[in-house]
Amino acid sequence: MSDVQTGQEEEVARRERAASGRIGAPWASAVETSTPPEATPREVAISARDVSAWYGSKLAVSGITMDIAKHSVTALIGPSGCGKSTYIRCFNRMHEFAPNARVAGTIKVDGDDIYAPGVDPARVRQRIGMVFQKPNPFPTMSIAENVAAGLRFLGIRSKSEIADRVESSLKLAALWEEVKDDLKKPGIALSGGQQQRLCIARTIAVEPEVVLMDEPCSALDPVATLKIEDLMRGLAEHYTIVIVTHNMQQAARVSDQTAFLLMGDDGAGHLIEYRPTQEIFTNPLDKRTEDYITGRFG
Amino acid sequence: MTTFDRSTAVVRSDRLYRRRKLLNQAVTGLMVLAVACAVVPLFLIVFYLVKQGVPGMSVHFFTQDPAAPGAPGGGVHNAIIGSAIMVGLGVVIGVPIAIGTGIFLAEFGQNRTGSIVRFTIEVMAGIPSITVGLFVYSIIVLRQHHFSGLAGSVSLAIILIPIVARITEEMLLLVPRSLREASYALGAPRWKTVLHIVLPTALPGIVTGIMLGLSRIAGEAAPLLFTSLGNEFYTSNVRSPMDSLPTRIYTYATGPYDSWHQQAWAMSLLLVAIILVISLAVRALFGSRVTVRQ
Repeated sequence: MSDVQTGQEEEVARRERAASGRIGAPWASAVETSTPPEATPREVAISARDVSAWYGSKLAVSGITMDIAKHSVTALIGPSGCGKSTYIRCFNRMHEFAPNARVAGTIKVDGDDIYAPGVDPARVRQRIGMVFQKPNPFPTMSIAENVAAGLRFLGIRSKSEIADRVESSLKLAALWEEVKDDLKKPGIALSGGQQQRLCIARTIAVEPEVVLMDEPCSALDPVATLKIEDLMRGLAEHYTIVIVTHNMQQAARVSDQTAFLLMGDDGAGHLIEYRPTQEIFTNPLDKRTEDYITGRFG
Repeated sequence: MTTFDRSTAVVRSDRLYRRRKLLNQAVTGLMVLAVACAVVPLFLIVFYLVKQGVPGMSVHFFTQDPAAPGAPGGGVHNAIIGSAIMVGLGVVIGVPIAIGTGIFLAEFGQNRTGSIVRFTIEVMAGIPSITVGLFVYSIIVLRQHHFSGLAGSVSLAIILIPIVARITEEMLLLVPRSLREASYALGAPRWKTVLHIVLPTALPGIVTGIMLGLSRIAGEAAPLLFTSLGNEFYTSNVRSPMDSLPTRIYTYATGPYDSWHQQAWAMSLLLVAIILVISLAVRALFGSRVTVRQ
């Protein structure tokens, strides 16, 4: 156990060294991460201004403005069809894979406009990782190869570096102890919960600044769900996490801030309320938020 | 509970249940019959082939070239080697083009160009193989002024391309969207996603497609008639006329000698056996990956 912790500390130190070379460190110092989210205004990881998204002519997200705080967990809750997933898919430019998809507004990640002309979406996705609803490890690859997949895409060839990163990512994803002797086994031989942690390891192996999670537990059983939730709290020390969830208890358990989205009369998602999680669940300002979290609809 | 208590609804549902059960049995029976209709002729063919073919399979059948017409002995060594060379070369020429076309159709073909290519491939698949032979005759044989194994390979490749291209497209489209998304989300550009994620995932299916195409061209005689022509003697030179199993089967089966008929049966059996062995070998190589995926 202590071995794992030391490994994690080393990993953190290594990543901070690596990060200091970048423009705008992807996470702040350890001092700041230990302060509670509502106490001091945090640095902003993603700043989204008046973001709207369309599928063809159908408006799915209507002008949502949000600042996502660094090194915290931000939850997006709301009933089905309220545009939560569409909204976060704008953050890593995955929305544009849908046919005739369109995005308006500005999204800045660490100050860089990700929709500026000439920006390569693939570069954006290297900075903003994503974990999907259903675990989707690559079926032709082993556990280790799955974690290394993103590194290979980045052009990292050094075997020792890849092995190091595979180990540290699996440790961060709390999967190392379970798979360290089976790294060559196919990734899809794992259980559903393990597969999802493998996908998380794969995502963090490329050291993104933000990890988007689109209902990461909806295909998992309660025990696996709790493991992933624990993991999210731990990851928030190094990463900015945005999670979409149907499960209000989950949002209450893991997130620092919660945003409540609702489908408006126009059929598109609107932001109703966005505040620290504790406040939104104990003292919602909007009547609709209260109705939703008390289970009156949705 | 006595029958006295049973409501009419329960009695009715009982009757419905018996009816469903009967119907279920009847349909199962029909399906067994259908399977028998499909499988029994296949077994009969194989059985007959073995019965007629095995007596012709002697050592000289494999090692010698044809004897003079009507003379005893001789073999089809030249046809076996010729077929291997032309089918192999046909696969080498056709498969890269076919897979490239399949990738284009699946990944970049959701537009007008894609529709045109897809339509062309479908038309190509429908062209009779003898027409392909004539086409290659006119563009290669006439220009070179001689028949050649190479011309035969080209016509076999032309037959192979639409088969493999269509299966490749279908197999690539079967790769779940979630895997592409996972790859894109890791920051992989499109071509890397296709090359490193989509293609390997679809590979077992594509290999099955190649096997299907190979089996098809290995048995083709028509496109070779005016391209490789046939040759009484052994050659491994693809610029000269070349013999093949299907064309030799055609010659021998329609010829007047009993020894020819026997060798034609033996060649037919050999052709089936070769295709079977290659299929099994490929399955052994890729089979584990196919099952893992399920």
